[in-house]
Amino acid sequence: MAVLTSLDDLNAVKAKYIDDIELPADSGKTRIVVGLATCGDAAGARPVFEQIKNEIAAAGKQDEIELIATGCVGICQYEPVVEVHAADGSRTTYVRMNADKAKDMFARHILGGEIAKEYTIGPNSENSDVTSLEETSFYKAQKRIVLRNCGIIDPEKIEEYIARDGYKAIYKVLTEMKPEDVIQVMLDSGLRGRGGAGFPTGRKWLFASKSQGPKKYVCCNADEGDPGAFMDRAVLEGDPHALIEAMTIAAYAIGSDEGYIYVRAEYPVAIKRLQIAIEQAKSYGLLGQNILGTGFNFELNLRFGAGAFVCGEETALMTSIEGKRGEPHPRPPFPAVKGLFGVPTILNNVETYANVAQIILNGAEWFSSMGTKAKPGTPIMGSAGTKVFALGGKITNTGLVEVPMGTTINQVVNEIGGGVPNGKKFKAAQAGGPSGGCIPASLADIEIDYDTLKTIGAMMGSGGLIVMDEDNCMVDIARFFLDFTCDESCGQCAPCRIGTQRMLEILDKIISGNGEMEDLDKLEELATYISSASLCGLGQTAPNPVLSTIRHFRDEYVAHIVDKKCPAHVCKKLLQYTIDPEKCKGCTACARACPVGAISGSVKKPHVIDQSKCIKCGACMATCKFGAISKN
Amino acid sequence: MKKKPTTVAFNGTPEQEEKLKAVIGKYRGVKGAMMPILQEAQDIYGYLPVEVLKIIAEGTETPMEVIYGIVSFYSQFKLNYIGDTAISVCLGTACYVKGSQEVIDTVSEQLGIEPGATSADGKYSLDATRCIGACGLAPVMVINGTVYGKVKKSEVKGILAKYKD
Repeated sequence: MAVLTSLDDLNAVKAKYIDDIELPADSGKTRIVVGLATCGDAAGARPVFEQIKNEIAAAGKQDEIELIATGCVGICQYEPVVEVHAADGSRTTYVRMNADKAKDMFARHILGGEIAKEYTIGPNSENSDVTSLEETSFYKAQKRIVLRNCGIIDPEKIEEYIARDGYKAIYKVLTEMKPEDVIQVMLDSGLRGRGGAGFPTGRKWLFASKSQGPKKYVCCNADEGDPGAFMDRAVLEGDPHALIEAMTIAAYAIGSDEGYIYVRAEYPVAIKRLQIAIEQAKSYGLLGQNILGTGFNFELNLRFGAGAFVCGEETALMTSIEGKRGEPHPRPPFPAVKGLFGVPTILNNVETYANVAQIILNGAEWFSSMGTKAKPGTPIMGSAGTKVFALGGKITNTGLVEVPMGTTINQVVNEIGGGVPNGKKFKAAQAGGPSGGCIPASLADIEIDYDTLKTIGAMMGSGGLIVMDEDNCMVDIARFFLDFTCDESCGQCAPCRIGTQRMLEILDKIISGNGEMEDLDKLEELATYISSASLCGLGQTAPNPVLSTIRHFRDEYVAHIVDKKCPAHVCKKLLQYTIDPEKCKGCTACARACPVGAISGSVKKPHVIDQSKCIKCGACMATCKFGAISKN
Repeated sequence: MKKKPTTVAFNGTPEQEEKLKAVIGKYRGVKGAMMPILQEAQDIYGYLPVEVLKIIAEGTETPMEVIYGIVSFYSQFKLNYIGDTAISVCLGTACYVKGSQEVIDTVSEQLGIEPGATSADGKYSLDATRCIGACGLAPVMVINGTVYGKVKKSEVKGILAKYKD
């Protein structure tokens, strides 16, 4: 590969590869895209890819058909996904594919010219006639900036990134802008940290640029640890160059020549694609020494996490890069003053960086025109741009969605997410994982905005959005998150180490039917101490799930404490399994299934469960063919 | 997560030791290299018993307690021998909401080992993991790198049967 040194060089690469992506009408080319991110691979996309590859070879169509392994298409529910992009501009989305379906699709669609409709997204989701993802309600309400290349380009091919105007922003920055201009654009854009805290990115860069030090570092937090969040993985696996370009821009802005990406080791595909991307960028002269022939240098290193949630906290992350126990330390000094290896450092999240090149190319005004505006006189500062959410839990369309700030939770859950499946009722959505709070269905018309969400005790968080239905017990959910933070607490400071443990014990007491009403006050009191006295964000936010569920679902706590009942029938110790004598046929299946011999009764006579022996395992209920066993 | 020291005897080979020493050499002079060294050592041996940590301590001139402090801090580092069949069940939110606790309980029952432990014959080990990011497939179980999605507790026995020798 030749080193690129000018805009003409970049444009030449673009000109050579753009037809592969945009397929002009006269090209007669077809592009088949297979989603091969971690989730696609897990769902079985590899054999589908191989099958299509063999079909292309067998048909001798290597020159006309480009087969691409791409990143996450965003519709996890429908993996493995294959998209056919034709020269007429049409896009057909095939879902839940396997090798046989792929063979059939190839024969009918690619060779026969007719869409294999029954495999497309429409008949396999609610929009019965639609054959393209772009026409679904899931996709239409989205606005893709961060995910603009995910599912479109081959992430292991830098030329495709360049063809989509990649590395033009760094060229513009290095040749036309002064570092302070770059920071001004970031400030004007209103971009805020997508890791969840929402600190203005431009301000962070400004502080670091003004700090003096023998060296400065630019770091990226790719240690996506919130359970239920996977949007950073999608960017790392689907568009790694966007991150490299943005970090180089940040380095120029603050006067740095070296950076680190801290990726969690649980993301092997992301790591591999980043390694490939860094090598490719270096060989084109877009990273390393003398970038684009401008004399600017930036070296980028990868470091892998080792499964400690606390390393998502910025000071802990830097301590971990230094090769130590990933324990946080107090701020100030802030990393912008004294960070990695004791010098000024900026740390941004993957999704934050993924916006940067687009902001440089399209301008601060373009970016700030999207989203919510500041409301003077209130704490609401306004949130510009979009936010990517990882939709999961009890929702029809599990997947990645990118929506403009200001979209409501209801729109995300019901319009884009397709609502709660199986006719169940939407109860609440949990945003921000173990640091966040729940948004009850009654308040789900709230706009997605950093500061607005805080007003109801929830938070934006990094982007995990777990939807819960009537079968989820909110006390149990709160306990689950607390158990997580308790386990992941680094143990350095007492409020977090001991406080979360004590809260967990109280919750355990409540779900086992031994709670007292004073326990709620105790929980709230402990929560106040923990959030005000903990050293880092992990401890400070750990009580949030408990506080927000007490706030919005107090009646469920009361039911556990006073009535000794779990309204959602989740908390085992409060359950009672009973056999309806009317429905029981006396088939004895349940008695045989019971591991502790708690069910008795003679053949063809109604059976009875001995409550003193029952361990509430539910085996009987799962075995009964007549629906005679119920739990309450 | 609590870490238990290994119950399976160490049988590292000279080749493994040579590889490890090469890794230590490669990172000489690199700032903050302890994490990559430990990660690559674990790739070589599959786990990090005290014998391996001693080689690293000597090679990097780092006190043993510092190294042990790092190893015991991160859940990815294993002091314990990992069974030939390594089973992990995701207890991330989405999986949990969809019933992964029942799945791991069933595995635990079937194999007679607690999460975090390896069976004495070195055959099976069981772990609860945090979200692996495949939430659309919840609940998820991973066995030797193969991902099983939408696992029902009734299917566990059948899946485990595939790994009986």
